[in-house]
Amino acid sequence: MSRTLLTGNGAAAWGARLAQVDYIPAFPITPQTEIIETLAQWIDTERMDSRLVTLESEHSMITAAGGAAATGVRVFSATSSQGLLYAMEMLYTVAGWRTPFVLVNVSRGLAAPITLEADHNDVMAARDCGFLQLHCANCQEVLDNTLIAYRLAEDERVRLPVIVNLDGFYLSFTREPVVIPAAEQAAAFVGPFNPSSIHFRASAPESQAVAVLGGAPYSYFRYELHLAAQNALPVYDEISAEFRTRFGRDYPAVDSYCAGDAELVFVMLGSFATKARAAVDRLREAGWAIGLVQPRLLRPFPEQPLQQLLAGKRGVAVIDQNLSMGKGGVLHTELAAALYGHPDAPPVLASFIGGLGGRDISDEEFFEIARVLQAAVDTGQTPPPRLLYTQDELMEIRKLQAIAHVERKELGGTA
Amino acid sequence: MTQTATTFRRMKDLPSTHLLGTGTPMCAGCGGLEALHQIYDVLGEKTVFVNAAGCMTLLSVYPFTPFRGSWLYTAMASAPAGAQGIRDALDILREKKGLPPEEDLEVVVLTGDGAAYGMGLSATSGAMERDLDFIYICYDNEGYGNTGQQYSGATPHAARTATSKGAHGFAGYKKDLFSIWAAHRPTYVATVIGAEPLDLARKIETARDLEGPRLIIALAPCPTGWDYDPRESVAIGKLAVRTGVWPLKEYRDGRIQHTRVPRERVPVEEYLKKQGRFAHLFEPERDETLLQELQAKVDAYWDSVEVQGG
Repeated sequence: MSRTLLTGNGAAAWGARLAQVDYIPAFPITPQTEIIETLAQWIDTERMDSRLVTLESEHSMITAAGGAAATGVRVFSATSSQGLLYAMEMLYTVAGWRTPFVLVNVSRGLAAPITLEADHNDVMAARDCGFLQLHCANCQEVLDNTLIAYRLAEDERVRLPVIVNLDGFYLSFTREPVVIPAAEQAAAFVGPFNPSSIHFRASAPESQAVAVLGGAPYSYFRYELHLAAQNALPVYDEISAEFRTRFGRDYPAVDSYCAGDAELVFVMLGSFATKARAAVDRLREAGWAIGLVQPRLLRPFPEQPLQQLLAGKRGVAVIDQNLSMGKGGVLHTELAAALYGHPDAPPVLASFIGGLGGRDISDEEFFEIARVLQAAVDTGQTPPPRLLYTQDELMEIRKLQAIAHVERKELGGTA
Repeated sequence: MTQTATTFRRMKDLPSTHLLGTGTPMCAGCGGLEALHQIYDVLGEKTVFVNAAGCMTLLSVYPFTPFRGSWLYTAMASAPAGAQGIRDALDILREKKGLPPEEDLEVVVLTGDGAAYGMGLSATSGAMERDLDFIYICYDNEGYGNTGQQYSGATPHAARTATSKGAHGFAGYKKDLFSIWAAHRPTYVATVIGAEPLDLARKIETARDLEGPRLIIALAPCPTGWDYDPRESVAIGKLAVRTGVWPLKEYRDGRIQHTRVPRERVPVEEYLKKQGRFAHLFEPERDETLLQELQAKVDAYWDSVEVQGG
């Protein structure tokens, strides 16, 4: 099968093109912009039959996406970081409208301080809004997940918007060999959008997104949304099985690597999980019985496969590429909730924070995490959450601070 | 498209069947609802109203709606963007998916002044700059009415609001949204008021028969926010026009036309003294300075209109 070198952004654009999306409300933001530039170029050169409109903000972009999806066309959009947060009110709103569309988020750390590189605090902030979330580890997954996401969003048992998440720079700007499915093959898999009862038209007046009075009707519609999101778990399994049959690539809701006979397990999301995968190889060479468990779905949260994959393990290290201030890693908390009370749950569930703002996690650090985890297993004492940082990094920061002090003094300020 | 002769020449030409249902939770005497009734009669049911957070969000409360046509509630800042999505989707459905023209809808944004003058201004500007084919109706009750009438960018100078209760009322000045909108050179901008139904119907008719961005500001006398008896809404609305406080005008093809020039203007204080929100200008004693200032502003406006020949 021939493969093409594509960036993660290019793969996302190909996903939208192969899903034959009708409408693309857009707004530029680094590191996402290449996606909308690529789509705009395809539309301008008539390689793609779609309409792209640049709105004046992400808040408006998501409103337009929801409005168009509520009218019955297939919609694609993309954003990142500050843009996702600027749109936050509308993420909750259009999920409540039950509008099925796909939003690619290119993960990037949040201000302040402002930065461009990847972490997951942006997409974690959208955790509770009603969008489903698929997390990609490589560029092939970006393309494939975009196709899968349309099936999931538009399924009558689900009818919810879906975020496909890829990491800025690590995937967005990294070229990897990607199989681009034939247009007919992709079209046959995704199928045409059947909006069914979702429409605005003269002969069938419809009031959408009306107000409710009181907690009972409000709760009813919010519970419906939650149950639809939960429906997405078995529906995802059906869709990914069909995808495997058609394309030969297997995307279980939770992926695992060398986890079967492992005593210790890393749990990670997204492209940094491929670093953990490489570290597992090295650790195995050094004699460690260690593996990796990697959720692809974050919403709905795939509790059962996680419980099964982690049953009987002696220690688990969750490496979160996000930080909930005053609490710690979000995935760690979610996993603890999923495992608590299960008889085979691992006795040690340790938390590590790393990869914020694109900070690398080195092999040495994975070895250190394994050592800390083993010690915890041996003593039965779970260590406090660890913020990954090296002596060298701290020295570099101290140097920058020293320069800042000197500069301020020279300008006559007080140090 | 050129201006066609109006079907509304006299009051008796106005629609006699009313399309908007009754029994809404709007306040008695709501000047916004008064205008909306008349607007809906002209626009008709082949419309989708795209609403922003405000008083009229409560028009459609599950499972009821007074509209015979369609409705989408969005959020406070982005109703014009919702209109963009719906308009684009309807165009796509017509061009690509065979949606018959008779199934098409006029997309109508409906917001209060809080959204129009403030939070939603960026989205409105964007919609105009993209030449969106839509109608925007702003019911302007000169404050954040649904939350209890705090001052907004639409609040007039000296008005008492829930957040300007001092001796001189609101220190700021009403923003000139008509000019801000017109500066974008959209297809059509007009001011209307429910108390002048013929003028309103003609303008909505004009807007309906044009394409592109068409924006309407309806001054909406507000018994609860402006503090007067609901029965006075029409009288206060007429006074807003006769005193010259609310100029009825339209912008089209780069030109502004006044559709009603009150040659012999009633003194502004006749309008002010009917409203509790201006009571501090008269009691315990007349605030002559402020009253003169308010009159002078209105006079200066009309002087400039006469100079321009509008």
